[in-house]
Amino acid sequence: MLKYIARRLLVMIPTLFAISLASFFIIQLPPGDFLTTYAAGMGAQDNIIAREQLAVLEERYGLDEPFHVQYWRWISNIVCCGDFGQSFEWNQPVSSLIWDRLTLTMLLAVVSTLFTWLVAFLIGTYSAVRQYSLGDYFWTFIGFIGLATPNFLLALVLMYISFRYFGQSVGGLFSPEYQNAPWSLGKAWDLFQHLWIPVVIIATAGAASTIRIMRANLLDELHRPYTTTARAKGMQEWRLIAKYPLRLALNPFISTVGWTIPTLVSGEIIVSVVLDLPTTGPLLLRALSSQDMYLAGSFLMMLGVLTLIGTLLSDILLAWLDPRIQYEKAGRR
Amino acid sequence: MTHVEPAPDTTGARVDPDTSPEGSSAVPGGTKRRNNLYTASQWRLMWWRFRKHKLAMVSAIFVVFVYLLVLFAEFFAPFHSSDFDAEYQHAPPQSLHLFEETDDGTRFNPHVKGFDYESDEETWRRTYTTDESEIYPVRPFVHGHEYELFGLITTDIHLFGPTDPDAPMYLFGADRNGRDILSRVIYGTQISMSIGVVGVVLSLVLGIVLGGVSGYFGGWIDSAIQRVIEFVRSLPEIPLWMALAAALPQSWSQVQVYFGITVILSIVGWTTLARVVRGKFFSLREEDFVTAAVLDGVSKPRVIFRHMLPSFTSHIIAAVTLAIPAMILAETALSFLGLGLTEPTVSWGVLLREAQDIPSIAHTPWVLIVPAVAVITTVLALNFLGDGLRDAADPYNK
Repeated sequence: MLKYIARRLLVMIPTLFAISLASFFIIQLPPGDFLTTYAAGMGAQDNIIAREQLAVLEERYGLDEPFHVQYWRWISNIVCCGDFGQSFEWNQPVSSLIWDRLTLTMLLAVVSTLFTWLVAFLIGTYSAVRQYSLGDYFWTFIGFIGLATPNFLLALVLMYISFRYFGQSVGGLFSPEYQNAPWSLGKAWDLFQHLWIPVVIIATAGAASTIRIMRANLLDELHRPYTTTARAKGMQEWRLIAKYPLRLALNPFISTVGWTIPTLVSGEIIVSVVLDLPTTGPLLLRALSSQDMYLAGSFLMMLGVLTLIGTLLSDILLAWLDPRIQYEKAGRR
Repeated sequence: MTHVEPAPDTTGARVDPDTSPEGSSAVPGGTKRRNNLYTASQWRLMWWRFRKHKLAMVSAIFVVFVYLLVLFAEFFAPFHSSDFDAEYQHAPPQSLHLFEETDDGTRFNPHVKGFDYESDEETWRRTYTTDESEIYPVRPFVHGHEYELFGLITTDIHLFGPTDPDAPMYLFGADRNGRDILSRVIYGTQISMSIGVVGVVLSLVLGIVLGGVSGYFGGWIDSAIQRVIEFVRSLPEIPLWMALAAALPQSWSQVQVYFGITVILSIVGWTTLARVVRGKFFSLREEDFVTAAVLDGVSKPRVIFRHMLPSFTSHIIAAVTLAIPAMILAETALSFLGLGLTEPTVSWGVLLREAQDIPSIAHTPWVLIVPAVAVITTVLALNFLGDGLRDAADPYNK
């Protein structure tokens, strides 16, 4: 097991490198950079101080240097001192801007994952045990609708409903009085009250496919001979289902978390733009359109890295739960 | 990574008429069909199988209809997507009346009624009421604005519309410029539906080439390509798309942006198809008929294209159908964020962008609902169709 984890960690290193390189490459793609736009605005005013500041910034980030030099400067600062560079637009170090938001994004993604699992587990089990029942069709249909509805649309509709019928403003994750307050029990409860709308929205997209996987897996297990044997022995139906088939059906369920995490992070980004949550989404969107390259690049890279870590954790969890997974092969696959 | 994909079962060419759904005598004319079953071609078997999937059949008809809209948008839409009338900003949906009450009784005269409006002095918001006295007849095949079908045939015939081309007809309401939402949604199909197809074709080319190479040669080439696929799939797509879409130069024309967006969508899209192709290659490589072909001294390309490819074309078609809705949704998301296509291009995402805030949803819900229904039904239909095709793709399995 340890060997497996070590191998997985080793494999992660080139992937991390690739993620950082890709992020840096992507934010370098647009022609010009923040400073050229900035300089155009400043130059018109003939501001000497601004021009000096500009020269300092250009010097510091080596914006006129070739790609690999810039990349090296950026990545070595991150690895050695946790310095993600400076956000041009906010005039603050990137690291002071991203962590709060990334934490909330991850919190949302984790809560949504758990919620997706819970929903998919309950509905999937129900649909499999009562196959072709009215409820089965109903939930399958709802799942499909969730799959086909763009996340942002669902966000808009739920936002409207809660505004119209509950008189609650759903923008943001905190009520105004807790906005800048330090963490307390009250703030956590406030967060919890605001969290459900984004969580429901993000989970609907992920739940549909997970429900179907769960249902199919459980159906496979329910028709196995051992189930018939247990039933013939007079075992109670619910105990029978919970004891064996359900546990077996759960394995592939966990293994899909590897794809669920990127989907949920994606969903979180777009939902938070619509709901204007204090998470990664809105800031990333702004940074991208204003070419605030170090901010955007750091967000992109950290989202990739966190997704990778999530996938790793889920793989380890899977290997731990299902002893049939061959570590040797899994590492090489 | 240990992604255990619920891969389609591939036990290969095992003809088992008794477990085949069409083999059961419950089917009318079962005996005759049963005899045909042994000689039926693979595609015929698939068709029989597919036909049983009612939802997929209905979806198939719907999808064909939507693509007809794409081809003949100018004909189906009563107005041009940019026709505006400041008189009727945010006009609500009208109902189409079939009969007209006249002094001599009721007569058949499909028509819509005109609008009256009052402006609120503070908010400038208009309240529309129906003007019972104004009647605008609506007829099929009316003459409207002129257009060129496929750039070849110049005509002004529209499927339906008001007999007077300037009459206000807003069956699904008007947007903030008094443009007909129905017409705009119909024009929007052209971009939204084709972006899915173009993007999928690009992904398919990449997917087949790389997946095929990966699956056929195996070894280090396979592992290298698999690493790339895993890498791309491990990134959250929306941030990646956002970043790439933001990188499209501002100076690009709408057509260039359109192709830019399809390329961006395919960067992620090809991985799914490559996985399907690779998986199929792996399972087929061990099949007897491939070994036989190789032993006969058939060249590698011929083995791939003549013997292996036909046996999983159906799977590819199914995978492609399932990939299109994902692309459509991605386009709407990007355009909604303002990173994809923008006005004056009309796509479903652009239309949805019009209804972004709560006040506009509260006052003019049709601006959101009509394009939303179009997106959801189309994506649902494509998903059902893809599911049906996937089930039918391997007619030799139960």
